Amino acid sequence: MAIILGRDTRVLVQGITGHQGTQHTRAMKEFGTAVVAGVTPGKGGATVEGVPVFNSIAEAMQKLPAGERPNAWICFVPAPFAKDSAYEAMENGIRKLVIITEHIPVEDAMQLMAYADYKRAVVVGPNTPGIISPGEKAKVGIMPAAVFRPGRIGVISRSGTLTYEVVNSMSEMGFGQSTCIGLGGDPVVGTSFVEAMDMFAADPGTDAIVMVGEIGGSAEEMAAEHIVSAGIRKPVFAYIAGRTAPAGKRMGHAGAIVLRGRGTAESKVKALTNAGAKVARVPSEIPKLLKEAGL
Amino acid sequence: MKLMELNSRELLARHGIPVPAGKAVTGPEGLQSISGPVVIKALVPVGGRGKAGGVKFASSLEEARARVKDIIGMDIKGYKVRSVLVAEKIDIARELYLGITVDREAGMALLMASASGGMDIETVPEERLFRAHINPLIGLQSYQLRDMLTMLALDKPVGQQVSDVTKRLYAAFVAEDAELLEINPLAVTPAGKVIAGDAKAVIDDDSLFRHPALREPEPDITPLEQEAREKGISFVQLDGNIGVIANGAGLTMATLDALGLMGGQGGTFLDLGGTDDPEKVKEAFRILKKAKPKVILMNIFGGITRCDTVALGVHDVVKAEGAGAPVVARIKGWYEEKAREILKDAGLITATTMEEAAKKAAELSREA
Repeated sequence: MAIILGRDTRVLVQGITGHQGTQHTRAMKEFGTAVVAGVTPGKGGATVEGVPVFNSIAEAMQKLPAGERPNAWICFVPAPFAKDSAYEAMENGIRKLVIITEHIPVEDAMQLMAYADYKRAVVVGPNTPGIISPGEKAKVGIMPAAVFRPGRIGVISRSGTLTYEVVNSMSEMGFGQSTCIGLGGDPVVGTSFVEAMDMFAADPGTDAIVMVGEIGGSAEEMAAEHIVSAGIRKPVFAYIAGRTAPAGKRMGHAGAIVLRGRGTAESKVKALTNAGAKVARVPSEIPKLLKEAGL
Repeated sequence: MKLMELNSRELLARHGIPVPAGKAVTGPEGLQSISGPVVIKALVPVGGRGKAGGVKFASSLEEARARVKDIIGMDIKGYKVRSVLVAEKIDIARELYLGITVDREAGMALLMASASGGMDIETVPEERLFRAHINPLIGLQSYQLRDMLTMLALDKPVGQQVSDVTKRLYAAFVAEDAELLEINPLAVTPAGKVIAGDAKAVIDDDSLFRHPALREPEPDITPLEQEAREKGISFVQLDGNIGVIANGAGLTMATLDALGLMGGQGGTFLDLGGTDDPEKVKEAFRILKKAKPKVILMNIFGGITRCDTVALGVHDVVKAEGAGAPVVARIKGWYEEKAREILKDAGLITATTMEEAAKKAAELSREA
């Protein structure tokens, strides 16, 4: 079992003919994921990595037989066009959206999340490495498959490479993952820690939850509150990056900034610890904490 | 991007929000006439100008010219004053606060207003602060404005003007891709006229492709950070003496934190991102060297990125130009053995874990 993705996931790649789109279409297929369609306006009729390319999502929906139509969507298009293509996906009935694109304006992100709420769509990202469920052979993202193992730990993260580092150290010590979800490094993202945590709490294939957070905003504090108020019974483990980051400086990710005393690592570590989560001081401590907890 | 005061005022004016009449001048000769008492403000990208002597008042043209001459050329927190704003001095009967910001957790714009203007909004008690989220699909609604006016307890003529300013402020917020628009104080004159006393605007960096006119250099970054930005490298200068280079923003932060745990202090945040182009790696390494670190700590996790090509970039630049400091490298992931060989050949100290590398770098920084 897993969250969001399953064996019935069928992916449409928006921007499939670009360098990233092509490379990751191949990688997703190699992992075992069903990539059923690609869209690049003007490139309809082509084939990329054995996947048919259409001019629009509507055309893909029209031409593919009923059981082969996409139900998940991954976006590689440049930031200025990402919002428009996300609307296109939602208008064509797709309810699972993964936005890899970085540098989407915040105003666009706010509009698109409000619309996704209205459409009851799940948006992951923007600026995310995506989602992967190793046991389901489902990957809608760009993460390196080699570091993941099937297992029973749910991972929720705000970054990319740091997640691979944490997951790799877990896999090396025998802790596989049910699903790993990258929330994205931007200030406004679709799925939050709280929402992902609820999905893992309800997933019979997940025994424990690992959160990889970072400075900026208060999503980790809200997750800590949620552990208590919603009575999350599965154990929660966390690592927070940016303990030594200075205030007022944007640390690479658009969302990683301590502003007016808010969003510090200290406050997040404290909130999570108070909520009963075990917080690691370095990434490699995560599997050690899992082991200590008898998982 | 934080706009300078002059640009923030122009932004409000462009959206029909009343601001005091004024102009920017670079010397007393730029001032031909004044129509009443004026305030003269140094145009520098830092706060605390008043205390530094960068804000003066005048009531005649002669006096105003003398004050302009006083302020031009002053040094305020390291910024030489090159121009000043000469603006109509407004009489203030009441000061309000009005601001719109991005509430990242709600994913919506947040409107804030208070009858206690003129002070830092952070210090206004919660119960005196009006807050309302604006859903971008429907925009600012009349009921929200009514709620706001009720809380601010304004008389009708003033309330109508404040309503109008708020609507225009939200329109500006959306049109200009703002992360923050703040009018503080929003002044009410003795005659009951509502006017923006001071304005602050922060524009979303990621929206600049829609606002080509706004491409001015960011005032609060260092020259080396500016150089890195022009080369598309994610780089922040910090206070310590250990140059940190890693791939991914989260991993770079985690490396700095591991260094802190081991008693070292990072002097740079350099995120290579997803690149394994040796040329880009070389360029990044050169930026790092310019920050003159005592020790360099490199931490690469190769997931999608190939470790050996990153190593090759570092190898070539170190062999050809020298590293300028001892380099401790931890490299793990795709093609890691090959990468370690390449790095050893360049004379780098290699480590297998992040903690081990951080410890070595911290030790070396104390010896250096």
